[in-house]
Amino acid sequence: MRKLTALFAFVFGANAALAATDGAPVTTFSLDNGMDVVVIEDHRAPVVVHMVWYKAGSADEPRGASGVAHFLEHLLFKGTRTLEPGEFSATVAANGGTDNAFTSYDQTAYHQRIAADRLDLMMKMESDRMLNIQLGPEEILTERDVIIEERNQRTESDPGALFREQQRAALYMNHPYGTPVIGWRHEMEQLDLDDALGYYRKYYAPNNAILIVAGDVTPSEVEALAKQYYEPLAPNPDLGERVRASEPRHMAERRMVFTDPRVAQPYVMRSYLAPERDPGAQEKAAALSILAEVLGGGQTSVFTQKLQFEAQTAVYASAFYDGTTLDDGTFSLVIVPAPGVTLEEAEAAMDATVAEFMETGVDPEQLERIKFQMKASQIYAQDDVGRLARRYGDALTSGLTIEDVQEWPEVLQAVTAEDVMNAAREVFDRKKSVTGYLKASQEVTQ
Amino acid sequence: MMRFVLGFVLIVFGATARAEIEIQEVTSPGGFNAWLVEDHSIPFVALELRFKGGASLDLPGKRGATNLMVGLLEEGTGDMDARDFAAAREAIAASLRFDSGDDTVSVSAKFLTETRSEAMALLRAALIEPRFDEVAIERVRQQVLSGILSDSKDPDEIVGDTFYAKVFGDHPYGSSSSGTVDSVTALTRDDLLAAHRGALAKDRVYVSAAGDITAEELAALMDALLSDLPEEGLPLPADVEVQTEAGVTVVPFDTPQSVALFGHRGMKRDDPDFFVAYVMNQILGGGGFEARLMDEVREKRGLTYGVYSYLVPKDHAELYLGRVASANDRIAEAIEVIRAEWAKMAAEGVTQQELDEAKTYMTGAYPLRFDGNGPIARILVGMQMDDLTPEYVTTRNAQIEAVTLEDVKRVAGELLRPEALHFVVVGRPEGLEVPVQ
Repeated sequence: MRKLTALFAFVFGANAALAATDGAPVTTFSLDNGMDVVVIEDHRAPVVVHMVWYKAGSADEPRGASGVAHFLEHLLFKGTRTLEPGEFSATVAANGGTDNAFTSYDQTAYHQRIAADRLDLMMKMESDRMLNIQLGPEEILTERDVIIEERNQRTESDPGALFREQQRAALYMNHPYGTPVIGWRHEMEQLDLDDALGYYRKYYAPNNAILIVAGDVTPSEVEALAKQYYEPLAPNPDLGERVRASEPRHMAERRMVFTDPRVAQPYVMRSYLAPERDPGAQEKAAALSILAEVLGGGQTSVFTQKLQFEAQTAVYASAFYDGTTLDDGTFSLVIVPAPGVTLEEAEAAMDATVAEFMETGVDPEQLERIKFQMKASQIYAQDDVGRLARRYGDALTSGLTIEDVQEWPEVLQAVTAEDVMNAAREVFDRKKSVTGYLKASQEVTQ
Repeated sequence: MMRFVLGFVLIVFGATARAEIEIQEVTSPGGFNAWLVEDHSIPFVALELRFKGGASLDLPGKRGATNLMVGLLEEGTGDMDARDFAAAREAIAASLRFDSGDDTVSVSAKFLTETRSEAMALLRAALIEPRFDEVAIERVRQQVLSGILSDSKDPDEIVGDTFYAKVFGDHPYGSSSSGTVDSVTALTRDDLLAAHRGALAKDRVYVSAAGDITAEELAALMDALLSDLPEEGLPLPADVEVQTEAGVTVVPFDTPQSVALFGHRGMKRDDPDFFVAYVMNQILGGGGFEARLMDEVREKRGLTYGVYSYLVPKDHAELYLGRVASANDRIAEAIEVIRAEWAKMAAEGVTQQELDEAKTYMTGAYPLRFDGNGPIARILVGMQMDDLTPEYVTTRNAQIEAVTLEDVKRVAGELLRPEALHFVVVGRPEGLEVPVQ
């Protein structure tokens, strides 16, 4: 792989760090008020992606106010002391840009994609709404209707989404990851201005935020603008540690059946609690990432080979690992049975395949291919700095450091077949799992 | 080696940014044309191929043949079975995507410079020598059938299928390109071979590339890749006139939120007024929060999470469509507001401020699209399909700037037809006085 490190040597400030993850030059520094800054350069097109990430997501909500993190994210477009409702997005659009935001379990992020010479204006507006939103009771009610329609669209209209929501709630017995990001409907309906402002005042502060600028900019330009717009903002001294309610010992396998007449294609999904990437210790997570690829990552994966090609018990089978999280993540297996195969038979076939894999181990050629693809993906990733920016933001708001992000590709390459099997033995503990059937009716399927 | 290379350095001006882009027109010794943007800063290439025709070439009674055929291109070629092929592709970390739509079969490839020849050998095998093994056919057929089953209970799919069936009837546009359970079940290997010969042919292929490749290399690559395709494919289907009447069609479906697809006749891509319509739509229902539909239906009333309208210039028919989803007890109000906005813009046009804002957005956003090999290759192939020249990237913004308030008023009066605006609603909508289908 071509390394570009030597071509882009920017270092400034005592706390600046530089590395060339994925070939793109990355510079980092911190502002005096505790706000971290990441600059990812790509000078091929006159475009910049400007993002502010908060280390606060739905898992940081107070109990009983589920959905407030996402509700607040919507409300941040409703105006400040100096911006009219809607003016933020209108201004971005009038300058040829696009903007949006998203909320997840561990983070909330606001982002714009715009001509590089408009970065100044983006920072001016984004820094303004970090501390200065102004909301009226009318806007609150209308926007609450919007998020309920959003829940209707994303979740209530999709039996698969409802099923996964129930399954996750069963998997996490105490940790807030069991609560959906969008919120439980009955709690969303009660959200009010106090809920939103309480969350805002607690978590929206420069010392809880990360600025990421990617594209046709230099670190010194970003630093000058960040000092002008973000550094004067007062930090929140009462922020505290990010500690959530943690999981008790899991002592019993859980099983559930979710029925909905709208289900056309039944399937079985099992989710296990799985360790996440930890700062300075990503080896186990790397092994789990490779395990997911070995089992379900494409046409030559174990599941596809055994369940789709050989036994033909499945029309689709796969494995997923979500480990870029602050607390314990998930490792999931899914099988969509072929016609004439019941969910029980499909589950048995999936289990037999896993059992056989635990006996035979990882095919060294497959491991080689997976690692080569992971290397190549670093090259392809350079074509999209917006995606690189999201990768940094996601990790940095999930308890990881810049170094962790930059070391990750090497940690993945260092994983051995034995590491993968050890990770598999650890994660496949049925006591820490929920097995769910999604089907159309109570009868035995098909 | 190459017969012809024509290069332009084109500057895409926007209100706020300019992108410099050098589009080369490459003609290979074998007679294939491509547009290329060379950029050697990242060691990979994005290659896009398009074949005009797509699923609309399905022969009578063979609905779904093109879709299934395209799904089988990677499932065994030459002396490789599906597994060998997948292992070979994964080993070089190339990405090959095959897709079919109403008017197009598309191939999107990304491959590292160091494994270019291996990647192109695989792609050639997939395009020219797919095996269509019976066992692979059955496996992929089951996947397609599973998808058809899922679509049959998905309100978003039902609403589209119903609208298109109403408008296009027996024309290929009138049914899902996946086919039906019956038609897909009945497809034979011979049907797939015929679909393959009919859809992937020299007389309908468009090529673009961006990234780490020279014009000479691209010319050689095209000849190696495409020379063994048949000269001619199947004839394209006939053009259709879109006719609708104002009203609502309800498809009852037990779900808490109704989904609506609405629209009527649209405008051809090569119509001299297309840019006027494009700007007008940006103001009525384009993506942003500034659009009238979004403002009235979502921002002011909270009736939906999203409402949009869009021009759909297909190869053989033109539609102007929109979409909204609202709770069953609120969809009637959403529809009423949309109808009112449709009629209002048809009668009054737009304001100068709206027009100015739409123009600054559209012209400013344009140069930002050219930000990577992948996006550039997709834009270039799309321009060729639309019969544009490379200079288009320099004149496109001027065409938007040239749109006047009077133009918009005139085109809004012609294009927006409240008397033809039909809504298909899937759900249990309340308060809609309509015959149930």
